[in-house]
Amino acid sequence: MIGLTHYLIVSALIFSIGLMGVLRRRNLLMLFFATEVMLNAVNIAFAAISHYYNDLTGQMFAFFIIAIAASEVAVGLGILIVLYKKYGSLDLDDLASMKG
Amino acid sequence: MYEIIAFYLFSALTIGLFLITVMSKNVLYAMTSLAAGMVLISGFFFILGADFLGVVQLIVYVGAVMALYSFAMMFFDATRDIKEKNTNSALIFLLGGLSAVVLVLIFAAPIHSDAIQALYPMHEGVGNAQDVGIVLFTKYLVPFEVAAVMLLVAMIAGIILAGKKMDQSLTEDMAADDEIMTQKDAK
Amino acid sequence: MENLVYIALFAPFVSSMFSALFGMSPRQTFVGIVASSLLFISFAASAMLAFHVYTTGTSVHVTMMEWISAGDLTIPFGFLVDQVSVTMMTVVTLVSTVVHIYSIGYMDHDKSFNRFFSYLSAFVFSMMILVMSDNFAGLFIGWEGVGVCSWLLIGFWYHKEDVSREENPSISPSWAANEAFIMNRIADLGMLVGLFILYWNVGSLQYDVVFSALPNLSGSILNAAAVALFIGAMGKSAQFPLHTWLTDAMEGPTPVSALIHAATMVTAGVFLVIRANPLFAMTPEVSFFIAALGTFVAFFAASMALVNRDLKRIIAFSTLSQLGYMFAAAGLGAYWIALFHLAAHAFFKALLFLGAGNVMHAMHDELDIFKMGGLKKVMKWTYIYMGLASLALAGIPFFAGFFSKDAIIETAFNEGTLVLWAILVVTAGMTAFYSFRQVFLTFLGDERYKAFGIHPHEMYKFVLVAMSPLAILAMVAGFGMGSFEHFVTKLLPEYHMSEHTHHIAWILGLVVLVFAVGGIWLAYKKYAKGLKRDEKLENSFIYKLLANQYYIPQLYGEFISKPYAMLSEMMWKNVDMKIVDATVDGIAKFIYKSGDGSRKMQTGNLSNYLNWMAVGGVLLLVVAALSAMLG
Repeated sequence: MIGLTHYLIVSALIFSIGLMGVLRRRNLLMLFFATEVMLNAVNIAFAAISHYYNDLTGQMFAFFIIAIAASEVAVGLGILIVLYKKYGSLDLDDLASMKG
Repeated sequence: MYEIIAFYLFSALTIGLFLITVMSKNVLYAMTSLAAGMVLISGFFFILGADFLGVVQLIVYVGAVMALYSFAMMFFDATRDIKEKNTNSALIFLLGGLSAVVLVLIFAAPIHSDAIQALYPMHEGVGNAQDVGIVLFTKYLVPFEVAAVMLLVAMIAGIILAGKKMDQSLTEDMAADDEIMTQKDAK
Repeated sequence: MENLVYIALFAPFVSSMFSALFGMSPRQTFVGIVASSLLFISFAASAMLAFHVYTTGTSVHVTMMEWISAGDLTIPFGFLVDQVSVTMMTVVTLVSTVVHIYSIGYMDHDKSFNRFFSYLSAFVFSMMILVMSDNFAGLFIGWEGVGVCSWLLIGFWYHKEDVSREENPSISPSWAANEAFIMNRIADLGMLVGLFILYWNVGSLQYDVVFSALPNLSGSILNAAAVALFIGAMGKSAQFPLHTWLTDAMEGPTPVSALIHAATMVTAGVFLVIRANPLFAMTPEVSFFIAALGTFVAFFAASMALVNRDLKRIIAFSTLSQLGYMFAAAGLGAYWIALFHLAAHAFFKALLFLGAGNVMHAMHDELDIFKMGGLKKVMKWTYIYMGLASLALAGIPFFAGFFSKDAIIETAFNEGTLVLWAILVVTAGMTAFYSFRQVFLTFLGDERYKAFGIHPHEMYKFVLVAMSPLAILAMVAGFGMGSFEHFVTKLLPEYHMSEHTHHIAWILGLVVLVFAVGGIWLAYKKYAKGLKRDEKLENSFIYKLLANQYYIPQLYGEFISKPYAMLSEMMWKNVDMKIVDATVDGIAKFIYKSGDGSRKMQTGNLSNYLNWMAVGGVLLLVVAALSAMLG
């Protein structure tokens, strides 16, 4: 029988994969992908908890996370395009302009 | 029984696909695997009985978001491999691994659920979509409206940010474009 | 009447503020004139109040506003004009007015002319608060106010270098100012303790409440309060052992010496004893101690004045000596006589100081009387004024000092304290000697100043005219003794000589007179013809002891100032530098270094930032997991 713990562990693993992507990637577009992975990992956890505790709140949170992810993508991609127009690159190493 | 098979299958596939997303050098591969992973995640939702959430996941993520990404990719050069210098991959794997281990440890710990009570319980014999709708439009009405406004704002922002100088090519030589533009203006 | 009270009180304040407006600008004569006029207005108001109190026999009591109101503690800004305070007010404002006018002439060449008037008026304002307040807290505010103003005024020429003199090595105005302030501070602590004792036991600081509650208090509490208050009075009135500041305070401008160190501030201690007479009347041991100390100081100061060569210091010593007389009278219970001597003394002592100021002005700030002589020819009026004042000080019949000092000596006899009486009589002779020694050395004899190339000249006319009221009062004030007694004994306890004393009063007076005339005669014989220095006498032990003020300043320097300075330096070098400063510097260095070190994190590369964020996040996760496991 699959329990809540199984889902949470899968969620944790996927989240760690996303985290690794965030750390590893230097390309902004790829960074966006990695964040999507992390958001989805969290959604799995919410849905699972919602199911096992018979409570709709978890699903509600998942909905709002999806909404936020969608708007993030919309704005983020706009910014990416502007950046690309300006610098001709999406690599973070090229974009470093605020060295302290 | 089916549930167990489905769970392990989906888990293995999702993790694999997302690993490709994270590791791949090709944007196209990464994006494709991401889309596939998301479809499989909606599968998790269906197993968990969150039908409506699964459908939303399919429509919003796989439909809208991935479509956005693929459109955005057309602005950039997607066929080229991305060159990234990874300076300290040891640290990255250490951090990722450590977080995974700790999170798993935390989640594997037994849960004392006596104190947890359902705030908005699901009802027997009522469809998931119906249940979600009732809660969303009564208890979560204000956040829902705010989310709607936020999406609108994001849409406008996206259009404005991306829409400037839409008639210019991003990939070709900028100088040539400028020349064309000045000729146009002269006319 | 209420308006008069406020006018009398606040006219000096307005004057001070007005002068302060021009404090930084160069000399403007009208500032002095406005200040003097305002002081005169204050004097006029005080005089009218005095007339009112005299005719109606009632006191005026006003409460301006609540000052402190916290819990059970209520202290109003209240002012009480009764027989005692109105006497003080009139004396203070009269002398101050004269001193203000005098200062217009005396400070003529000083570039800080306006600032001087600001301080001077502020001082008068503080003094008025001191004498008019209807509670001990207000008195204390005035007390501190005159302390601050005296510090400002003694140190008025703060830019002056330390100068070495034979008698008083290395004294600068700022040093003298600090000495005066610190000595007063020591005494003020005693005063504060006294106020606390009274407040703890009575629950109020209003005079009337406190005095009516005194009979309910135990003897030890009364004694403690009386001693503590008297310690405060000792500091302000420069009684032994806190007396050294008064002579050093002569470093200030001469009008300041006349105002503060003769007529007003130093009498604050006497005023306190008189004001708190119900308390001191109930503590006979303390009172007797006051009388004994006063007598001792009278003799002690007079002995030092005998050989001093500094014009102003001689007068300062005589002030000390006369304050001793006042304390002797107050300690013996003759409060009204003390107050009378206070008023009479204020007139002739201010006159004496202003005369000395004239001489100083003429002699270009030379103060050594051995370098003067024969000034009579050029400074006739000053000679007359100083002669009059000295006659009054010496207690020659029908001058002001005769009546008051005689009464004090008579009191000492009447109380049966014959030792005190004898000392006071001898002191009277010494007083006559040193004051005329000074007058003769300055004005008569050979013109020694010519050797130093000084061309003296008489003071401005208006200054001499302004001094005339003091001269007249120094002559005639004594005749008001009877009505003064009648006036103040409505408030103060009456004091009558016994039948026996009354009977032989003329003999006692004659004895004093013989001593006084003897002193003058001795001074005349020795000094009037010119200065003949007696090497043998000057090298004798007693002469040296007196000239060095019993070596007390040196003693204080050696045994108090020096060890304290050493301790301070040790604390500075070891504790402050090595512990306190090092700690502060260490914290600053640590923060600076860590900031410098962590600056490298700011690469501007978002990827690096994300790495750091992840490190932090994972660390938090680990901590959360660990705490969950351990908890």
